[in-house]
Amino acid sequence: MSIQTMVTWIVVLGGLAAVAKPLGIYIVRVFTFQPTWLDRPLDRLEDRLFQCMGIDRDSNMSAKEYSFSLLLTNLAWMLAAYLALRWQYHLPFNPEHLRDLKPTLAFNTAASFVTNTDWQAYSGATTMSYFSQFAVLSYLQFVAPAAGGAVGIAFLRSISGRQLGNFFVDLTLMVTRLLLPLAVIGTVLLVAQGVPETLKAYLHVHTITGLRQWIPRGPIASFESIEHLGQDGGGYFAANSASPLENPTAFSNLIEILSMGLLPLGFFYAFGAMTGKRRFAWTLIGVAGTFFIGMLALVYFPELAGNPLVNSLGLHGMVNMVGKEIRLGLGGTSLFETSSMAFATGSVVSAHDSYLPLSTLSFYLGMFLNVVFGGQGVGILNMLMFVILTTFLMGLMVGRTPEFLGKKIEAREVSIAALAFLIHPALILIGSAIAVATPLGQAGIFNPGPQGLSEIFYAFASAAANNGSALAGLKAALPFYEVILGVVAVIGRYASMIAMLFIGQSLLTKRSIPESQGTLRADTPVFAVVLLGSIVVLNALTFFPIMALAPIAEQYLMLAHHLIR
Amino acid sequence: MRYLRPIVVATVGLWLIVGLAYPLVMTGVSQIFFPRQANGSVVTVNGRVVGSEHVGQSFNQKAYFWGRPSATNPPDNPLGVGASNLGPTNPKLIRQIRVQLQRLRAADPGLKTSQIPISLVESSGSGIDPDITVDSALIQVARVHRATGISEPRLRNMIHQATKVPLLGFIGVRRVNVLALNLAVYRHLYQR
Repeated sequence: MSIQTMVTWIVVLGGLAAVAKPLGIYIVRVFTFQPTWLDRPLDRLEDRLFQCMGIDRDSNMSAKEYSFSLLLTNLAWMLAAYLALRWQYHLPFNPEHLRDLKPTLAFNTAASFVTNTDWQAYSGATTMSYFSQFAVLSYLQFVAPAAGGAVGIAFLRSISGRQLGNFFVDLTLMVTRLLLPLAVIGTVLLVAQGVPETLKAYLHVHTITGLRQWIPRGPIASFESIEHLGQDGGGYFAANSASPLENPTAFSNLIEILSMGLLPLGFFYAFGAMTGKRRFAWTLIGVAGTFFIGMLALVYFPELAGNPLVNSLGLHGMVNMVGKEIRLGLGGTSLFETSSMAFATGSVVSAHDSYLPLSTLSFYLGMFLNVVFGGQGVGILNMLMFVILTTFLMGLMVGRTPEFLGKKIEAREVSIAALAFLIHPALILIGSAIAVATPLGQAGIFNPGPQGLSEIFYAFASAAANNGSALAGLKAALPFYEVILGVVAVIGRYASMIAMLFIGQSLLTKRSIPESQGTLRADTPVFAVVLLGSIVVLNALTFFPIMALAPIAEQYLMLAHHLIR
Repeated sequence: MRYLRPIVVATVGLWLIVGLAYPLVMTGVSQIFFPRQANGSVVTVNGRVVGSEHVGQSFNQKAYFWGRPSATNPPDNPLGVGASNLGPTNPKLIRQIRVQLQRLRAADPGLKTSQIPISLVESSGSGIDPDITVDSALIQVARVHRATGISEPRLRNMIHQATKVPLLGFIGVRRVNVLALNLAVYRHLYQR
């Protein structure tokens, strides 16, 4: 392991840990309507919007109203995006005269971008007009994570003894106060590094050896910036951030990594600042951080040791560079991929299908757990779901009524939390089973053997976790996958969010129990260890069998130097 | 339908701000402050556009340095960026690596397999990786020298000129931009 890699990791991870607190405090100030320095330029604009909506900034909704607003708004975006993509040819900013999308692809793309999944069954340069890229997809990459953040905020309000708030206010403030200012800064930094930002047509080049090259351009930097800030992960081009036009330097790579991590970490701290349990927030950051470091090591070291099948050819060096880019280095590549999987972004700087089996296992971990910070708002929700399940388990062990932030956890809350937990594996396992058992699903497989099976599992895990990365050998453009993955992404997105809103409301109406000698404290290392253990055990019980069939089987074949014919 | 009004206003209002104003304003700002980068970091020879600094090109002549294998069709096609996606135990992966190995050794019989960096025979993630490692350039010096007559020290100097070092000493890796290096060769051959 090189010094450069170590220093890069320390700088980035240290930087993220350092901004968690100020950003978390800022988030709480914005959503508890305390003054911030952006009030002056933005207050009037927002007030105008709220006036047109006919709502007050400090109005409230019940969990049911909040859920309805979320679902109906998202449905409206999905319909609008679907229509815009179907009529792309007739809309402006289409210098390459790209045609309308077919219905299944338009559905898949709309569903996947509205649910913050950003799974892509198309190649950007040859499918999407500039208008579709910036006015449809880039727009959705703002509002989709904003909706997730809004639900996170509503839940944090409810467990800190406040009313849930108004969905439309939270949605608007997520965009104007968090995403937009950061996206502007990100765009400028990325353009300075060489990411194009133009409306001019594709560049036509005659090379010095007499070849022709068409270099696609477009408003890429503004797209790239929000793609990472929102943990969306939809790439401008098919190769996503592996493409040097999206990610031209090792520095732009770090900007994109930091962009992904800012808000998820901020939300973890905001939980502590909102409820006054700052030590508890750091405990949760510690648990998620431990998973992150573990995942990073599990990506980096197998790739560093390389593929024994290739290494036996006797070349110079042994790092697995298949599907990776030189300029980012293995250290930067591993850090990006780990972040992308941990923060549920799903953008890639390398080809996941060409990773070694153990590294692939690490990618799976990110999608299965969904709590290694996760997407903004949603990640902390999932983590608190596990906290509720863990306090319940601990309560059972010592024979006491479990408590969460001074409120009794009873049958209703535990049932909803258990249901929210189970939806995720159910979507992945049932979806994969359908695909594996039908010719339609099998037709998508690219690599032979366990890796091919893995391509299917990965697709469903990615859609259910709203991640969006792929073992891209899979033929995602088959209508079967376009439809089923779109549906999985939709269920995976809203089911657990709404479950958590109802838990929050149920806790809000309960009487607070004062802390006593008998209270199980949640901000201690003991609780952290039990929480970590519960997360591992619950997920291992659910997912170990399919992991044994796919990456683990592939690992043994590789170690045995076995090529699959 | 009491949700209708806020849904329409939120959707359209936010669209005007982040769907329209944001990309258009950022495009304007970028065109003013970073015109070179914002338009694709174009590389020109005598005023003629010959490529982009960030986009790899396919070179297979003995007189030029070769980049990494590309999985796109045709090779190094920026419109169809993508990787081979071959899994670690796929026989096609080993076959592709062997083919690339043969190509390099056929063009320079003196080259030993143990000298060839692994990244020069494994295909990239984007298919348009503009860079190779410094070693990958150095092992091609003998071949380019024989094909062009440019002296080896001169070629090594060109490699040195086209080498980028890590920012602040730790961000990124030492690498050679293949297009920049081949432009140096081109200028030496045709524009003395």
